[in-house]
Amino acid sequence: MAKISSVADLMTLQAESKAKAAAKKDKIIVNVSLATCSIASGGKVVMDAMKDEAAKQGISNVEYMQSGCMTYCHSEPTVVVTLPGKDPVCFGKLDETGARELVQKYLKSGEVTGTVVPVNYNRVEL
Amino acid sequence: MDSTKKQLRIATRNCGFIDPENIEDYIGVRGYEALANAITKNTPAGIIDEMKKSGLRGRGGGGFPTGTKWSFAAANQADQKYVVCNADEGDPGAFMDRAILEGDPHSIVEAMALCGYAIGASIGVVYIRAEYPLAIKRLIMAINDARAYGLLGKNIFGSDFSFDIELKYGAGAFVCGEETALIRSMEGSRGEPYTKPPFPANAGYWGKPTIVNNVETFANIPAILVKGADWFSAIGTEKSKGTKVFALAGNITNVGLIEVPMGISLKEIIFEIGGGCPGGKAFKAVQTGGPSGGALTYKDADCPIDYDNLLAKNSMMGSGGMIVMDEDTCMVDIAKFFLDFTMDETCGKCTPCRIGSKRLYETLHKICDGQGTEADFEKMKTLAVNIKDTALCGLGQTMPNPVLSTMNTFADEYLAHVRDKKCPAGVCTNLLEIVIVPEKCVGCTLCARVCPVNCISGKVKEVHFIDQAACIKCGACIDKCKFDAIVKQ
Repeated sequence: MAKISSVADLMTLQAESKAKAAAKKDKIIVNVSLATCSIASGGKVVMDAMKDEAAKQGISNVEYMQSGCMTYCHSEPTVVVTLPGKDPVCFGKLDETGARELVQKYLKSGEVTGTVVPVNYNRVEL
Repeated sequence: MDSTKKQLRIATRNCGFIDPENIEDYIGVRGYEALANAITKNTPAGIIDEMKKSGLRGRGGGGFPTGTKWSFAAANQADQKYVVCNADEGDPGAFMDRAILEGDPHSIVEAMALCGYAIGASIGVVYIRAEYPLAIKRLIMAINDARAYGLLGKNIFGSDFSFDIELKYGAGAFVCGEETALIRSMEGSRGEPYTKPPFPANAGYWGKPTIVNNVETFANIPAILVKGADWFSAIGTEKSKGTKVFALAGNITNVGLIEVPMGISLKEIIFEIGGGCPGGKAFKAVQTGGPSGGALTYKDADCPIDYDNLLAKNSMMGSGGMIVMDEDTCMVDIAKFFLDFTMDETCGKCTPCRIGSKRLYETLHKICDGQGTEADFEKMKTLAVNIKDTALCGLGQTMPNPVLSTMNTFADEYLAHVRDKKCPAGVCTNLLEIVIVPEKCVGCTLCARVCPVNCISGKVKEVHFIDQAACIKCGACIDKCKFDAIVKQ
């Protein structure tokens, strides 16, 4: 692992990390909220179900990630799916069945299904 | 920026967007850049100036200007200084600190190191409640990764600045969120506050200059230093800059974590972001500042939310819990609920808080029970003011707030309890009767069958009656009746 001992080191790593993120643009990104509350409402079940269903459906072009609070307590558990070339869409109130359906429909053919949670904020990006 | 959206996320900018367990994700969103620039291109005094210019005020509740606080600790000469992160989140209904720690722990690590550089401290301590195991796990992971990458430890970015962070666990006492009690608890003593001065910035942890800042305060700092104080101070109101994270809970459609610019109106929060009360119920009040705050009502709908406006309305910003209440909520009962909490959580060191909370609670209980008099109402007011004036720490001084603010705004509701022996919201069971409306009752017998104490009588297809002496007011019959023939009075 690279030890960062100068600003230049940090900037190199920052550029690498950004490049890694950019390289994922051709993939389907599945971002599951896994804070304590999201896990309690079934986030891990959703993550496992999506992985399993995607494998069954033969969808291999998927990058899974976990993140923290997505702020939508009213619709937990939530998952943000980004199809290549499309804006991220947040799906909420998922359970095992809903997660599998999400893979069968949205991941496979881009057909929106279930509860879509509208983004209700602006965000400062550094 | 979409101007139709009321929220602006600064402190929670990365929550839900990066993997909190991956340091490179954080670095990819310009993480640790503020720290790098501070150490290599700026001076501690320069950082403090920037913080002062930004106008950031403490997000833990008090709202003290962060830059000014830092300058006090920086001015002190000492062989050791400390940076403490207060992650002892204990307000009922507040969870913003947990969300930040679980979603973006590196922002806290970076901000603590920045504070260390600014005030000349080499040790940071996070005081975190043990009830947050996942936040603890992710924070430890973040600290270890930062250490492995050389972002914590000796000679950070090749400079002579060294900084490291350790964790101390709180056992869940509410009073330990008060900074002096927190310091006592970190030292291994009972979590009891002491009188200020000395302020922690002069003599805190082990008697050394110590800066205690809240999680959300820290989370703002890397963003301020990357984007500049001018950018930050352009957001918010004249005296309250930036945004505030609120945990929207209670009788609200969109329960969730929100981050809004200071100065937003209550109406925008409750109705535009929160979607109003569920089930078409009317909005009655919102408790801000948790058990230390007070209730705002529909009368305050246009009130811009910032530190000073909330104080003027007998409430406070607090850490940011917002408990929304609809028309079915009894304000006396709510005041009792919060007093029950503070009575439980008082550390017992000072008399006004220890005994005062108990006496207040007993009086509220009496009023809810239908035994209260108008004299009680007046006595309670005097007692509340006395506690406010004489209690030792912030917890005690703010403990009567829920009583004072509800007595102020909902005096008619208190008087209905003590004068007419009625609970207008139909919550206090001793003050209400459950009755059957004869015109609506069809005699289906469902209510009689569901009544746990068999106090409903009547023949099939004839109007039923409730024996008031035996009724325990559980409401099971109301839920069961298909004809809306049973009501609370």
